[in-house]
Amino acid sequence: MNPQSTLPPTPAALPPKTGDPGAPGKQGPKGPRSEARLFAGLGHIALAVWAVIVIVPILWTFLAAFKNTTEIFSSPWTLPAELRWENFGRAWTTARVGRYFINSVIVVGCSTFGTMLLGSMAAYVLARYKFWGNRAIYYLFVSGLAFPVFLALVPLFFVVKNLGLLDTHTGVVLVYIAYSLPFTIFFLAAFFKTLPSSVAEAGLIDGCGHTRLFFQVMMPMAKPGLISVAIFNIIGQWAQYQLPLVLLSNAKDKWVLTQGIADISVNAGYEADWSGLFAALTIAILPMIIVYAIFQRQIQAGLTSGAVK
Amino acid sequence: MRHGKYPFVIGFLFAPVTLYVVFVIAPYAQAFQISMTNWRGLSAPQWVGFDNYRRLLDDGSFWKAVQHHGVLLLALPLITIAIALFFSFLLNVGGKSSGGQRQGVWGAKFYRVVFFFPQVLAVAIIAVLFQMVYRPNESGLINGVLMKLGFDPVLFLIRPNLALWSIIAVLVWQAVGFYVVLFSAGMASIPGEIYEAAEMDGATKVTLFFRVTLPLLWDTLQVAWVYLGIAAFDAFAIVAVLSVDGGGPDGATTVLAMEIYRNAFVYSKYGYASAMGVALFFLTLTFAALTLRLTKRESVEY
Repeated sequence: MNPQSTLPPTPAALPPKTGDPGAPGKQGPKGPRSEARLFAGLGHIALAVWAVIVIVPILWTFLAAFKNTTEIFSSPWTLPAELRWENFGRAWTTARVGRYFINSVIVVGCSTFGTMLLGSMAAYVLARYKFWGNRAIYYLFVSGLAFPVFLALVPLFFVVKNLGLLDTHTGVVLVYIAYSLPFTIFFLAAFFKTLPSSVAEAGLIDGCGHTRLFFQVMMPMAKPGLISVAIFNIIGQWAQYQLPLVLLSNAKDKWVLTQGIADISVNAGYEADWSGLFAALTIAILPMIIVYAIFQRQIQAGLTSGAVK
Repeated sequence: MRHGKYPFVIGFLFAPVTLYVVFVIAPYAQAFQISMTNWRGLSAPQWVGFDNYRRLLDDGSFWKAVQHHGVLLLALPLITIAIALFFSFLLNVGGKSSGGQRQGVWGAKFYRVVFFFPQVLAVAIIAVLFQMVYRPNESGLINGVLMKLGFDPVLFLIRPNLALWSIIAVLVWQAVGFYVVLFSAGMASIPGEIYEAAEMDGATKVTLFFRVTLPLLWDTLQVAWVYLGIAAFDAFAIVAVLSVDGGGPDGATTVLAMEIYRNAFVYSKYGYASAMGVALFFLTLTFAALTLRLTKRESVEY
């Protein structure tokens, strides 16, 4: 209890919101606001610190990409003495980051396209057509959401091997598509269900076939959902590390970016080419920053779409 | 409507179902079968019943991996959700309220964009990045500073009792932004009048957080816990790339995915690796069932 509370209350001493322990009349109304300001102030510091923690390692990598090994070891915190663009050239060609980057683009491009095409076809049929076995097939797909990939890693390796697809991009693309189908179908089936059936019926009455109806009417209507899932799949497949590690292990010229960079980081230790590694990292990170800066809203929506129940 | 329906349905389902059965369902089914054999890839597999599972019980690195999943399963969701909740509360409700409209602190949009960014990067790339950050000499980002200031370098990935926590820190670093965005979406759907009413009654920000925001966000928190739990059962890329020789030092950071990979593709013990896969499968199932049971709680309607 503060001494003021024993005084007879005057209207000014009674702030409307709280029984503030400040001096009556003066600090009373100010109380909650200064508490809020303190909270906001501390909060700001915390937010700024986290922003620094996120930005600094990335920025530091970009800077180190222009240094030479001596600078990296002697003065990790200073700016590079000159901009050594040759580090990037070395990473791109000698360390084959260029090759890995293009491989990643090819693999993810094909597999995302395949996932979206096959996933939306299956989701559409499962969501909007009644036929025997519909539910069974739907649950077969959705149950795939619950299982970790590495449970099946060994048999998967031999399935791909027996099909003669080991160390090929085709094999990786097919496996990516197969493992992306559960979420894609789960999400898109829910989306197709929400589309009005009047449009579909009108199309069918006008003599439009089922296939044409899907590609020319329903697909365009489902565009927002398709974009979200496509982003989800692109980022997920771009980040894959374990599957290509197992499926492409003996074909170094077919490696994707993640396994390539991991390999360069192992070799950097032997060859002492640290600036090359930093340049390689920069090449891997910078495009993501640019893409993220442009599509930031869509990417956030796409990645969190999986969490919406 | 009936005319030509079945050819169309079959035509549309054929390719996706075939791919899925060949590359997902068949391997899952075979995993259980292979786990009962001593298959090493060369000769025909021999049926050994539950021998592989019995050996698992005595396998030190298997239990180490399971234990690490336990630590990850508690630490990763707790730390990530705590930080993300704090930040998303600041970003959405932390500022002044004007005209009945809740406002986040100044610069909220900027913070949300920056925090989310690591989510876009591949874990393997982040692992390489943090190898550099954690380096044990002057060339490391953190030790470079510490040594300039005259401290001894911290051996983040080399000291066995520090290595796992250094890895968890990286996982938290990446995950926080995602959950800030997720929780922000949840908080945005809480009506402003509830906050206003609570503030009228003299609630402080802290009370607001614990008595209003948290209960109304329960469903979203549950989703977050499940997601982070799934991440805690994976962790292959980060351990394989960041830790000293894949799960080291001396198994101090190993996880089941790492052990499966090593047993299968380094030692060619396919039967044994599959048994680990099956064990992991049941661990995941147990976690999912427990989560659903424990978090079952009346969600508040509003």
